[in-house]
Amino acid sequence: MRADVIVLGGGGAGCSAALHLARRGAAVVLLERGLVGSQASGVNHGGVRQQGRHPAEIPLAIRSRALWSRMEALCGSNAEFDPCGHLKLARSAGEEADLLRWNEMAAGYGLKTTMLGGNAIRGKHPYFSEKIVAGSLLAEDGSANPRLLAPALARAAREAGAILLEQHEVTALQAGFRVEAAGRVFEAPMLLNCAGFWGGKIAEIFGEPVPVYPLNPNMVVTEPLPFFCPHNLGVVGGDVYIRQIARGNVILGGGRGESDPAIPMSRPLPEPAFAAMARAAEIIPHLADAMIIRSWTGIDGGMPDALPVLGHSRTTEGLIHAFGFSGHGFMLGPAVGEILSELVLDGRSDVPLEAFDIGRFAGHTALEADVWKTRLE
Amino acid sequence: MTPLRLLDQNRPMLAFSLDGEAAQARAGDTLLTAILAFGAGHIRQSEFGDGPRAGFCWMGACQDCFVLVEGMGARRACATLVTPGMVVRRR
Amino acid sequence: MRAVVVGAGPAGIRAVERLVAAGLRPVWIEEAPDAGGRVFQKPPPGFARSARELYGADHARASALHAAHAALREHTDWRPGTLVWNIRPGPCLLDLQGPDGSHQSLGYDRIILCTGAMDRVVPIPGWTQPGVTALGAAQIALKTQGLALGSRVALCGTGPLLLLLAWQLTKAGAPPALVLESADWRSMLRPGLAWNIPAALRGLGWMAGLRRAGVAVHRGGAPLSVAPGCEALVWRDRRGNTHRTAVDAVALGWGLKPETQLADLAGASFAFDALQRLWLPARDKAGRSSVQGVYLAGDGASIGGSVVAEWAGARAALALLEDGGMRPDPLESITLDRALAREARFRRALEAAFPYPHALAAGMEDATLLCRCEAITAGELRRSAAPELNRGKALTRVGMGRCQGRLCGPPAAEVLAAAMGCDIAEIGRLRGQMPVKPVVLR
Repeated sequence: MRADVIVLGGGGAGCSAALHLARRGAAVVLLERGLVGSQASGVNHGGVRQQGRHPAEIPLAIRSRALWSRMEALCGSNAEFDPCGHLKLARSAGEEADLLRWNEMAAGYGLKTTMLGGNAIRGKHPYFSEKIVAGSLLAEDGSANPRLLAPALARAAREAGAILLEQHEVTALQAGFRVEAAGRVFEAPMLLNCAGFWGGKIAEIFGEPVPVYPLNPNMVVTEPLPFFCPHNLGVVGGDVYIRQIARGNVILGGGRGESDPAIPMSRPLPEPAFAAMARAAEIIPHLADAMIIRSWTGIDGGMPDALPVLGHSRTTEGLIHAFGFSGHGFMLGPAVGEILSELVLDGRSDVPLEAFDIGRFAGHTALEADVWKTRLE
Repeated sequence: MTPLRLLDQNRPMLAFSLDGEAAQARAGDTLLTAILAFGAGHIRQSEFGDGPRAGFCWMGACQDCFVLVEGMGARRACATLVTPGMVVRRR
Repeated sequence: MRAVVVGAGPAGIRAVERLVAAGLRPVWIEEAPDAGGRVFQKPPPGFARSARELYGADHARASALHAAHAALREHTDWRPGTLVWNIRPGPCLLDLQGPDGSHQSLGYDRIILCTGAMDRVVPIPGWTQPGVTALGAAQIALKTQGLALGSRVALCGTGPLLLLLAWQLTKAGAPPALVLESADWRSMLRPGLAWNIPAALRGLGWMAGLRRAGVAVHRGGAPLSVAPGCEALVWRDRRGNTHRTAVDAVALGWGLKPETQLADLAGASFAFDALQRLWLPARDKAGRSSVQGVYLAGDGASIGGSVVAEWAGARAALALLEDGGMRPDPLESITLDRALAREARFRRALEAAFPYPHALAAGMEDATLLCRCEAITAGELRRSAAPELNRGKALTRVGMGRCQGRLCGPPAAEVLAAAMGCDIAEIGRLRGQMPVKPVVLR
């Protein structure tokens, strides 16, 4: 089968790329080894947030947030997007200073945050403990249901004429490009590497290996509880994140599960679950008695600097990478797909991508200090 | 739902509290028995608007009979024996 | 060798018996406060009925099992009231919650899972109301609490338990208002059933007793809906005529399904059993799972009843000893293998005689609350058009509630397979993660 573009990987970014390309008349084939949205984009916390990101990601996050506002028009579903606000909490004076510093930087990009002191926060949110000294609210941030995103984008992509093939694991891959999957051959002059953790393998095949590692967000969820928590909650340092869905379940994440990407298999672990629960109970005491009914994790791609690989290949013409979103790519997926379609069809995009260049790993430069504390999330 | 005390009911009565009101049961009753046989009718309200629930499996599998027991937290009523003076609240 | 046995029902008791006889001191974990499992569950302290009154024709076996447990416990590290909520096959660890709510991790070298079974149901409109229970619940209520669930109970389902329970309630003075057996005469006339003459005679005895008491047993009958307030049951007879019977309680149960969550987390491979119409963990004839060091016995691996469970528990323990280089008597293994094979023929006939009414499940009304934990209707699952069950769960929340798909799993598979026009085995099974039951992580 011949196409204009082959997309490898059916997560949020891949399905969005297929959708945007098909809408603009390109012949697209997407190959997904399992079912769309099975890994990173389907198993994360569901945060739709600009707050707390590395400055290099902010323009991309702003573009993404704008797209979420028109998600229903884009693909027929808003994936239960709720602009409930992201409230990032400080548990010490040092953490409060981190919030202020980030907010000042972000204001330069036009992001509006509101700082609340400890008494004000507890006045509005009596469920918080004395441990909270301050918080920053980015009101237009929020959350969505990760399980719904990729399937909705995939359905719209198919309706737009893209060919999305699930249960099609790639078995051979050559420049030109020629891809074998499920016993069939696919050819196209452009290849989009949206394969998450496995994007690293693809990059390696084309002579530009990168140090991507499997990142497994450890998630647990409580039984339905009386509704108390209007915002998506995070903390400075990202060691726990909490949100309550309208049905009442409180979703808690923090720490890492385990995985074996070769199978692929991933499994949540008790120790990080206990630790995340303890940190949650520190700031919201009544959660200490909440019953956990379910847990999950998946395989995301983590990069050492917590920034994705996004942009043209350094070795192979026609190859564009979009992987390694390091635990915070869910919200970005739809915009990444749009940007990929711009790179393919227009040769450029408005969003600055230099910080995500795959070339930054070739020289093995020393890792930048994590001054924005984005690497734990 | 009010079960019938049919066999083997010659057991000492005991008092417990249900939602702040005085209630009676027999030693050896589970909380599920105690609450329903007392005539309280249900064990909890569904969170999703379909009304009252009273458990289902009586063996700790369906997870539909949780009540709050003071000093113990959320407990499955079918798997918890009532004790004298137990303070029980339905959710 | 750190041996662990999970479950103190018939399978677990006989497994521990063999391990202790070989000189091991296993850790013995049971979720209930006492041993016996379900069939031979003991009422709490204070109840006066004798074993004969509680267990009828099985009383000798019940007493023997209880006595065996009593004798064995001090030779084990006995942990009652303890829930195994996770198993980690890599590091061979169990995550336990004790009766006081405290958590600990426990290492093992070899483990026998004897986790038992629960009722298998077909959801019908109104089934979440007070007054509606599982069929097994009605038996548990009678046996362990001396209760009838109502004065006009409708018993609906299939299998020997249905008639046994109807007879027990009748003898106790609360004859059921209605008994609906979904299997018809034709499916029950099987040569295989004649193997077990005592069981067949017992069944005939119950039927005669019910007839004398005027209890109506309708074969080929199926419940359709429970009226508001559980005041009536609308049902269908084998000719397709609809009836409405005044009731005050309804009990539903079409056979049993194994509790396989720990086997699943242990990494055991599963295969679809067409006869039981369930996904079961794969085992060799001795009970070895596909995971080294993990053994499966009793109804928790495949529905076989309590006699089979005793033999399977013993056989799995012998396999554990063999694999551990402890050289148990091979003659005992051979004897058990023969007994299990013989009984398997009867079990297959029983399963075929009282099948799960999958067409009833597949055809449930759109408005039926298929998933009672999350209140999700059958219609929502059908509309998801999911190609397999876990995707259906992700899109609709079926199976995401407190029971983690224990109740809704099999009927959800029937609904989705029928809606997608694919085979029941193709639609897959719900996969779970820790905790296997809700826990407070403190």
